[in-house]
Amino acid sequence: MRLRTPRRLRVPLALLGSALLVLVGPPLLTTGSGDDTGTKIPGLRLMVPNTPGGGYDITARTAAKNAEDAGLTHNIEVFNLPGAGGTVGLSRLVGEHGNGKLAMSMGLGVVGAARSNDAPKTLADTTPIARLTEEQDVVVVSKDSPYKTIGQLIDAWKEKPGKMPVGGGSSPGGPDHIAPMLMARAAGIPPKDVNYIPFDGGGELLASILGSKVAFGVSGVGEYLDQIKSGELRLLAVTGPKRVKGLEGPTLKESGYDVNFTNWRGIVAPPGLSDAERDKLTSLIRKLHASPEWRESLKKNGWDDAFLTGGKFGDFLDAQDKRVVSVLKELGL
Amino acid sequence: MNAFSSLMDGFGTALTPINLLWAAVGVLLGTAIGVLPGIGPAMAVALLLPVTYGLEPTGAFIMFAGIYYGAMFGGSTTSILLNTPGESAAVVAAMEGNPMAKSGRGAQALAAAAIGHFAGGMIGTILLVALAPKVADLAVDIGAPDYFAIMVLAFIAVTSVLGSSRIRGLASLLIGLTLGLVGLDQMTGQQRLTFGSLQLADGIDVVIVAVGLFAIGEALWVAAHLRRTSGQAIPVGRPWLGKKDVRRTWKSWLRGPLIGFPFGAIPAGGAEIPTFLSYVAEKRLSKHKEEWGKGAIEGVAGPESASSASAAGTLVSMLTLGLPTTAVAAVMLAAFQQYGIQPGPLLFERESELVWGLIASLFVGMVLLLALNLPLAPVWAKLLRIPRPYLYAGILFFAAVGAYAVGGEALDLVILLVIGLIGFGMRRYGLPVLPAVIGVILGPNAEQQLRRALQISDGSVSGLVDTPFSVSVYAVVALIVLWPLLRKLGRGVLKSRRSVEK
Repeated sequence: MRLRTPRRLRVPLALLGSALLVLVGPPLLTTGSGDDTGTKIPGLRLMVPNTPGGGYDITARTAAKNAEDAGLTHNIEVFNLPGAGGTVGLSRLVGEHGNGKLAMSMGLGVVGAARSNDAPKTLADTTPIARLTEEQDVVVVSKDSPYKTIGQLIDAWKEKPGKMPVGGGSSPGGPDHIAPMLMARAAGIPPKDVNYIPFDGGGELLASILGSKVAFGVSGVGEYLDQIKSGELRLLAVTGPKRVKGLEGPTLKESGYDVNFTNWRGIVAPPGLSDAERDKLTSLIRKLHASPEWRESLKKNGWDDAFLTGGKFGDFLDAQDKRVVSVLKELGL
Repeated sequence: MNAFSSLMDGFGTALTPINLLWAAVGVLLGTAIGVLPGIGPAMAVALLLPVTYGLEPTGAFIMFAGIYYGAMFGGSTTSILLNTPGESAAVVAAMEGNPMAKSGRGAQALAAAAIGHFAGGMIGTILLVALAPKVADLAVDIGAPDYFAIMVLAFIAVTSVLGSSRIRGLASLLIGLTLGLVGLDQMTGQQRLTFGSLQLADGIDVVIVAVGLFAIGEALWVAAHLRRTSGQAIPVGRPWLGKKDVRRTWKSWLRGPLIGFPFGAIPAGGAEIPTFLSYVAEKRLSKHKEEWGKGAIEGVAGPESASSASAAGTLVSMLTLGLPTTAVAAVMLAAFQQYGIQPGPLLFERESELVWGLIASLFVGMVLLLALNLPLAPVWAKLLRIPRPYLYAGILFFAAVGAYAVGGEALDLVILLVIGLIGFGMRRYGLPVLPAVIGVILGPNAEQQLRRALQISDGSVSGLVDTPFSVSVYAVVALIVLWPLLRKLGRGVLKSRRSVEK
């Protein structure tokens, strides 16, 4: 109460305050947005369509932090809008037509979720910016499993698909679901006969593989690196185009099954951006990709670099979408 | 002996000033987060992840563990005082804790909860040191049929606490099961009861259901009756636990960890089921049955002890197997990976300083939390001196903030209000609230485990009873169900024998 301004000073103070506001305010505000030449996008927001701690979340937060540390831009706000495997975030993104200050971290899981949920909006409605990282899936069994090679496993699988439950770390339509379906198709097993059991992420699945509750498990290589190295899990094959450094498992392709599957993550933006806005976002991501900070993060997290931008990324998205649709159609989902 | 000397080294790591500081920051943050509904420890750790990037991993994990344990301590505070659970693990604390608070024993309830958490955390962490490898092996052996058996046990146990009227209890359970059905079917991705809304595809968050039924329902109920009853504040009684209270609760504090720890360690365990089971066990064993539902202190002490012990159990399977059994553990696992550390079978050898420092810091954190929470209990309890109209306005505010914080969706606020109205209706017609919350938590879980078990056995029903574990759990279930009948029979036999002897 004692600090109250004496009455006679109030009017002059108020005048001084408003004068300051008028004179100093606008220059302060414009210094930020006037800088149109660099990579800086003031007020850029990065949406994460799943919960904190998930894959898209870590990618987005790492990218935002690296971009700030490298001085490319400041204060990227990362926020989460989880729901329906990323579909809620996707429809919000598409709804922000023409907003050049918004982007979304996403990946193959969102492609699948948009299809399996019959979402009104798909990734074709977005502006593709860049693919950043990729990760292969692995086919693993417990060390006590009778299957020593991928050939033995698939032969047994062919005989009785129903008796061979397959565990994966994603819900139907997700990466760990699509991978075994492609495997089955390549081996001549109708995907409809595959007994796929979804788990809540690779962690929950791990217990079921170790305890031989499922015949084999399919999940991201990063999830099980240590268990494979320690010999708790036996790696039978990797699903991607080349072997993983430091691991002994063959690719499915060299084992005679025509499968080429990698999970990936990237960035998309709302539809209806001007060319300038799109180029600005792309150049920010391109510079992020070139920064030593991002290199360091790739190494730290064990992510494989899979940089692809603009139209090429758009074509890639399209091809991925078609593949997911074809698998889901065969399953009648 | 080896574990013991490593633990001593761990204390060397944990007691350095900087790590002590991180532990203190962690427990303070955790307590604050636990008190606020909606912002769980998992979200807090995830949001802090990028901030801790520049930290030493040891310091970061000491802080994360502090947040985890601190949130367990803090979660029960609002449950007891305001009937507003901050986490799903704290739902049970409201059952006996809130009636205690209303009759002026809020400080005692808080103290019983705090000491319960301390005892549970301590015993749990000791078990973690002693049993880590063995428990981890057990966790792997438990499969879907076993989980389903445990769920059946939990359902049966729950129906025994349905309150005075079985039919009302069952009605409430059904409301919960129906709410639990909303969302994508986890096995096939089919939408159920979502009315085409994508926002509902992930189901209704348990926190929203619990806060809606408890807090909003309660606030509406009080508002509807405030005019008739005088609007005076709730009395605040003596601040400390009496001798009689301690005599009644010490056994509960010790029993809690026996239920909580194993559940934390198994993949689909978590903290909710053990708190329910502990509540039921304490009710059965209590010598003061007439007090239950009106504020029996054992009903606070046991479940709270179980919930903290389950946190210790969670760390067992995360550190030794790289197996996250709760959302917090999953986020911490991601944090480990960011530092290039892979939790799993090799962790104890490779990162022994980090692991033992972390474990030692758990003991340190427990002591800090007790020192923080015990003196705070009477202070918190004074909250209830606020006149009811303002108090409930505050509750409504925090409930809304919490519900919004869960997903950042405006729709969640609408759902919260609708569930609050259901809660009001349930109070009006005398339906107990707890079975509904349990239905929401257990229903989807039980369904998933049942279907998973049937898928693993390729549709054969015998797959549900093909493990020794599940068979023994069903035996316990059968015993519980048949017990009243057996007792009646026994009495009948005794009677007839006596009459023959005569």
